[in-house]
Amino acid sequence: MDYLDHLEAEAISILREVAGQFEKPALLFSGGKDSITLVHLAKKAFRPGKFPFPLVHIDTGHNFSETITFRDNLIEELGERLIVGNVQDAIDQGKVVEQKGKNASRNPLQTVTLLETIEQNGFDACIGGARRDEEKARAKERIFSVRDEFGQWDPKRQRPELWNIFNGKIQKGENVRVFPISNWTELDVWNYIKRENIEIPSLYFAHERDCIYRNGQWMTADPSLNLDHEDKIERKQVRFRTIGDMTCTAAVESDKSDIDGVILEISQSRISERGARMDDKVSEAAMEDRKKGGYF
Amino acid sequence: MDILKFITAGSVDDGKSTLIGRLLYDTDSILEDQLEAIKSANRKNDDGTVDLAIITDGLKAEREQGITIDVAYKYFQTDKRKFIIADTPGHIQYTRNMVTGASGADLAIILIDARKGVIEQTIRHTFLVSLLNIQHVLVCVNKMDMVDYDQESFEKIKSDYLQFSNKLTIQNIEFIPVSALRGDNIVIKSRNMPWYDGPSLIHFLETVDVKPFATSGKGRFPVQWIVRPQTDELHDYRGYAGRIVGGSFKVGDKVAIMPSGFRSTITHIELNNEQKVDAEEGESVIIRLEDDIDISRGDLIVSAADIPEVTKDIEASICWMDLRPLDLSQTYLLQTNSKLSRVKIQDILHKVNINTLEEIPADTFSLNDIGKVRIRSADELVVDTYAENKATGGAILIDTRTNLTVGALMFS
Ligand SMILES: Nc1nc2c(ncn2[C@@H]2O[C@H](COP(=O)(O)OP(=O)(O)O)[C@@H](O)[C@H]2O)c(=O)[nH]1
Repeated sequence: MDYLDHLEAEAISILREVAGQFEKPALLFSGGKDSITLVHLAKKAFRPGKFPFPLVHIDTGHNFSETITFRDNLIEELGERLIVGNVQDAIDQGKVVEQKGKNASRNPLQTVTLLETIEQNGFDACIGGARRDEEKARAKERIFSVRDEFGQWDPKRQRPELWNIFNGKIQKGENVRVFPISNWTELDVWNYIKRENIEIPSLYFAHERDCIYRNGQWMTADPSLNLDHEDKIERKQVRFRTIGDMTCTAAVESDKSDIDGVILEISQSRISERGARMDDKVSEAAMEDRKKGGYF
Repeated sequence: MDILKFITAGSVDDGKSTLIGRLLYDTDSILEDQLEAIKSANRKNDDGTVDLAIITDGLKAEREQGITIDVAYKYFQTDKRKFIIADTPGHIQYTRNMVTGASGADLAIILIDARKGVIEQTIRHTFLVSLLNIQHVLVCVNKMDMVDYDQESFEKIKSDYLQFSNKLTIQNIEFIPVSALRGDNIVIKSRNMPWYDGPSLIHFLETVDVKPFATSGKGRFPVQWIVRPQTDELHDYRGYAGRIVGGSFKVGDKVAIMPSGFRSTITHIELNNEQKVDAEEGESVIIRLEDDIDISRGDLIVSAADIPEVTKDIEASICWMDLRPLDLSQTYLLQTNSKLSRVKIQDILHKVNINTLEEIPADTFSLNDIGKVRIRSADELVVDTYAENKATGGAILIDTRTNLTVGALMFS
């Protein structure tokens, strides 16, 4: 077996464990390549049957329009169920307050909507596309990661995870985050997308876009970034390495318009993927703090 | 290209973090912004070079304590192989973390400080590695620069090590003299040790064949999930979804369903509507059978020629992993693969002093204790020995009150 076969087989078996162990699982779908890969793996795990879980998308309202179109087409093609949690609703209901100013982002607000969506639907397991190679704190997270009623992760109380045996037993109110592609690297995901011919949003490939230069990175010139006279809009040829909320996803200059080009660029690249996510830059322990607070 | 999973073990300050940092650094696996973060954390070695050990430090709490307390996974790759490192702490109070890391590993790197030689911790780490049935051990004698790259120091450590380890059942043991800090024998062979004619660390990791001594090769397929589309065109479709954990299967094979023992024949092996002729250990597939038998999650499909043992009483090695000690009056859940059974620990056969490997009597197990027990199950268990197959011979114990994983079991 090739290493991609191995990673694929491992992920499929984790997805099947989720189906077997939980009453009401869900697959968290962000519209990024990692969650698109998860959907592809779910097809391998369960077809010709239906998915034993719906897809759940937490929409900040500041998503790229390409992401939303892609999501809706994918759902249509799959014939599976989609549940959307809107951050805008939480804002309208006064449950959360939007940040002000230039570097405002709705990214932190996602947590509230995510936890609420989990509670409302009674989800006991949420499958996500996080990888251990993304960030130091993630390197220690289990594949089945138990969260308390507040969605919090306690790094000191993690269950030992041995062999390929996953303990998904929980108390009422708790839920489990499950990461089937924990052991994949960014490059593994790209090589797999290529091998399996998986369709991904055009944002990942070089295209022309109106950008502004902020905090040393190219950002999309969109009203959600609270543009002002200081922001000079420039037309740039760019692509995205990760896709999240527009306010915190930076573009990289690139002319790579197909998957081979992207893979080449990544294998030569000297900046890790999360370097293009501004929300991690805040502090070295940023990821860890957010995870404790229920962020994925 | 394949994947090699290995664990690293050593006592505090033997240079484990430096060694892993070095492996990642020298294989170009540390990206620029990560390096940036390391530099800005402002930790330097005495000689002013960047402290590579920080790469493997993880959680904030651990940073504050300046000690590694969990299993951290690291990934790197060369032209030949992909590697997954399970980095675990060495101190005795983290024995369970090491057991966890070792459970998924094909190979163990054991670090010894050239100045200190074989110490109690070395014996303990090696014992745990053999308990978890890792058959390939690479002993890295580190800090060779601090003993003037002296061959005799190395040879002495080698013979001391072999003397105690021959009591354990490890098939393949290799020794490499290194300096993690200076990079000797890590990627390229060191000029400081012309007397050493073996491979560099990376070269060894790239080329070692870990397949021998792995699973017994008997066909084993635990059923995780039943696929039943129940649509008009697939009205009678029943597929058994799982991962092959031993041997291989092909269409036409005679199989038995355990624990019921019913026999049938494989009609289809498939994945995502694609038909296959056969599938091997490690593959996740769907298997369909000729007969309409009642099969549920947790059942084991096995090759009819190699039926495993079915029993309610079994002996197992155990590593206790919870703060709350073993309670002989309590019912626990035993999980193997996808099957849960209610069990009691009937008897404690012995405990092992893991520093001296002596077997001693005991009436309970506390956190990090290792020993042997006899288990009584309410339902029939389908098992192999752990030595034959880690997947069907290994299990975890779950405390039904806390839901925590409290024990690791290896059937004998
Ligand atoms: N001279 C020398 N020092 C080393 C070597 N490897 C590690 N060290 C030093 O030993 C100390 C402990 O190393 P570290 O990697 O943190 O040990 P760990 O506790 O096993 O992870 C640090 O000061 C390292 O710089 C080596 O090969 N030679």
